[in-house]
Amino acid sequence: MTMIFGIPVQALLGQLLVGLINGSFYAMLSLGLAVIFGLLRIINFAHGALYMLGAFIGYLLLVHLGIGYWPALIIVPLAVGLFGVAVERVALSRLYRLDPLYGLLFTFGLALVIEGVFRYFFGVSGNPYAVPAQLAGGTNLGFMFLPNYRGWVVVASLIVCIGTWLLIEKTRLGSYLRAATENPELVQAFGVNVPLLLTLTYGLGAALAGLAGILAAPVYQVSPLMGSDLIIVVFAVVVVGGMGSILGAIVTGYMLGLAEGLTKVFYPEASNLVVFVIMAIVLLLRPAGLFGRDG
Amino acid sequence: MKGPDMSEPLLAVRDLNAWYGEGHALHGVNLDVMRGETVTLLGRNGVGKTTTLRAIMGLIRKRTGGVTFNGKDLMRLPLHRVAHQGIGFVPEERGIFATLTVDENLILPPVVAKGGMSVDEIFELFPNLKERRNSQGTKLSGGEQQMLAIARILRTGVEMLLLDEPTEGLAPVIVQRIGELLATLKKRGMTILLVEQNFRFAARIADRFYLMDHGKVVEGFPVGQLSAHTDKLHEVLGV
Amino acid sequence: MSDATLHEERAAASLRLERALVALAIVALIAAPFVVYPIFIMKMLCFALFACAFNLLLGYTGLLSFGHAAFFGGAAYFCAYAVKAWGWPPEAGILLGTVGAAGLGLVMGFLAIRRQGIYFSMITLALAQMFYFFCVQAPFTEGEDGIQGVPRGYLFGVIDLNVTMNMYFFVLAVFLIGVFAIWRIVNSPFGMILRSISENENRAISLGYSVGRYKLAAFVMSAALAGLAGATKAIVFQFATLTDVTWQMSGEVILMTLLGGIGTMAGPVVGAGLVVGLENTLATSGFPVTIATGLIFMVCVLIFRRGIVGEVYARWLGRARGGGTS
Repeated sequence: MTMIFGIPVQALLGQLLVGLINGSFYAMLSLGLAVIFGLLRIINFAHGALYMLGAFIGYLLLVHLGIGYWPALIIVPLAVGLFGVAVERVALSRLYRLDPLYGLLFTFGLALVIEGVFRYFFGVSGNPYAVPAQLAGGTNLGFMFLPNYRGWVVVASLIVCIGTWLLIEKTRLGSYLRAATENPELVQAFGVNVPLLLTLTYGLGAALAGLAGILAAPVYQVSPLMGSDLIIVVFAVVVVGGMGSILGAIVTGYMLGLAEGLTKVFYPEASNLVVFVIMAIVLLLRPAGLFGRDG
Repeated sequence: MKGPDMSEPLLAVRDLNAWYGEGHALHGVNLDVMRGETVTLLGRNGVGKTTTLRAIMGLIRKRTGGVTFNGKDLMRLPLHRVAHQGIGFVPEERGIFATLTVDENLILPPVVAKGGMSVDEIFELFPNLKERRNSQGTKLSGGEQQMLAIARILRTGVEMLLLDEPTEGLAPVIVQRIGELLATLKKRGMTILLVEQNFRFAARIADRFYLMDHGKVVEGFPVGQLSAHTDKLHEVLGV
Repeated sequence: MSDATLHEERAAASLRLERALVALAIVALIAAPFVVYPIFIMKMLCFALFACAFNLLLGYTGLLSFGHAAFFGGAAYFCAYAVKAWGWPPEAGILLGTVGAAGLGLVMGFLAIRRQGIYFSMITLALAQMFYFFCVQAPFTEGEDGIQGVPRGYLFGVIDLNVTMNMYFFVLAVFLIGVFAIWRIVNSPFGMILRSISENENRAISLGYSVGRYKLAAFVMSAALAGLAGATKAIVFQFATLTDVTWQMSGEVILMTLLGGIGTMAGPVVGAGLVVGLENTLATSGFPVTIATGLIFMVCVLIFRRGIVGEVYARWLGRARGGGTS
């Protein structure tokens, strides 16, 4: 059995894969946060709760309505996205002219309520969600064994991240979004319905979180607590990457996931701290963040 | 549906008051712009010329009075509906977006009416923009950015332009080009409300002038009477 | 009588009223343990001090820390360990907790201040979470169980803190000293500078103040006083647990301050009283506390940003000015 730095290759690659999976979720979630923050200037603390909501909707669809994974991949983001649209219309839109702190506090309250409701009905334990039949089992790649669903998660997250990037950087709608981020007033004066754009953006961010949730369901257990611990790590990811760039958020997410995986191999006790340690180092050396454009 | 009433002004502003926060910036502005005219607002810095344009457009929401365009009351409309009435706005800062290419900047304002120029026609009129179409918007020179700011409105099919200090900070050669451009637009029937400090530039294309001071219009006269009013102009503009 | 003198008269009157209310409150707090369950009031006082310390940073310096539980709970751990494992007297344990929290505040504050605004808040959250993970794993905190059975001991070697009334009046003294300290800081030249930084940081910089240092100083003071509250609570309840270092606890102190009134001295005290009281009531009713907390957050942010005391001041000042022709 081959060894690298005294660790068997299998173990190393296994942990890197886990890190890549985690990184996929970090990337998708920090992408959503960056999109929302870019245009709305609101830090969506509820992002973790929306992710959990997505996973639970998928779980409930399966358990109560017999609706499986593949339809859920469509239904869940739509449902969470619609929920996001409602939240924006009813409440968030009233906070734009205030200090950004209030947006953070409001979404914090929202996160508490969503998590509280699910905890009330489902306790704190996890619920299993089966891997869909088409993706069960694994493939022997020679140097390692790759569970098919894990491979799918990485591919799907890449598609989602790149797709979102393309939407924002290369389409007409994306140009409205980018322009509105710079000068929303002028874009409105041109005749673009910017308030609607803001609503749809929050909806998109929410949908991304929900999609991450349903993708996560077969990997992690579906539990009311799955969002809250994750969101804090995602915040650290976002501080490291800076929220000025979509690409930066994506790259940082994958990188930090891999860093976590690597740490687990060599120094397991520190693995859930490494993201924060990296954040501290980046703050000391490059406060604006690796890809940061704004302060 | 009857055609436009040529005797009524295209844009009518009555007793327009506006506030920036607590500050009362406009004290009852009255002005008219007839279809096809080019009207210039003159005045020193800070008298409310830009504020007037912004208040007409709806960028300033704390306002009272009447603003009618083509017979429609603009005061009640949300900001994003105003352009759809047929008014285009070119701000003083030009508003070219840094995160967009020249091409994206050009097609950003949505088409609001028929009769606007196509992208090809625009590039014929502005060949230097065509060359730089994939550059980042803010990499253009000041003059090119001004051209782009006007060009993108031409695509939308609006019948009236609100132009805020188009020649500010530009070299005389560019100023000349802009003057030619505005003259061409005028020939094509565009109605223009222009804010300008440089009244000699304005005199080449304007049909009428309004002189503003302390947040209101104090004098209005056609271009023919410009020389008769130079004393008053010197007094109010401090030139 | 001119409007100016009328306004002055009303301002003087409101100052006298404020002083009277404070005196009344102190009297009430002295009498309270004879009427209401003392442990409950002690809990309120500890959280009230925690909230006041937090408000020093948010209300007066304009910095929203999302990680203050690290100081509150961390100090509790330091104090509990010193008193239980090393046999220290309670006042030494509390001092250790306070100093430990100050040190933690120095490190966290130094890192967090490198960014502004919303990034600052996210960093404090992340760093506090790091401390939480550290507490989960560190041997001295005893993990999930926490440090139990912390002896109350003898204050200064003579006063038996196992006697409830002794404990109560000690806690009251700590609370009053802490709040008084905050009041002095807020009304000092240092406090004025903090407020000017809060209102317009750029102007403060252009006036030549090393804004970073002032922010860090405020952060450390706030952390120390939060630690004082946490360490005292550890003695009162005789345990230190993970609950006090979670982000949910950080959220709670924000709620107390928001509900009571950011930027007012009395606000956090009122807010702490209400939230602790609310949680007590809800604990028996079965209605989930987090949902109630979350709902209050959302409602406050949307329509009640001034908080209770803030609203009262606004109405009071409104009426005071309305007497003239403003």
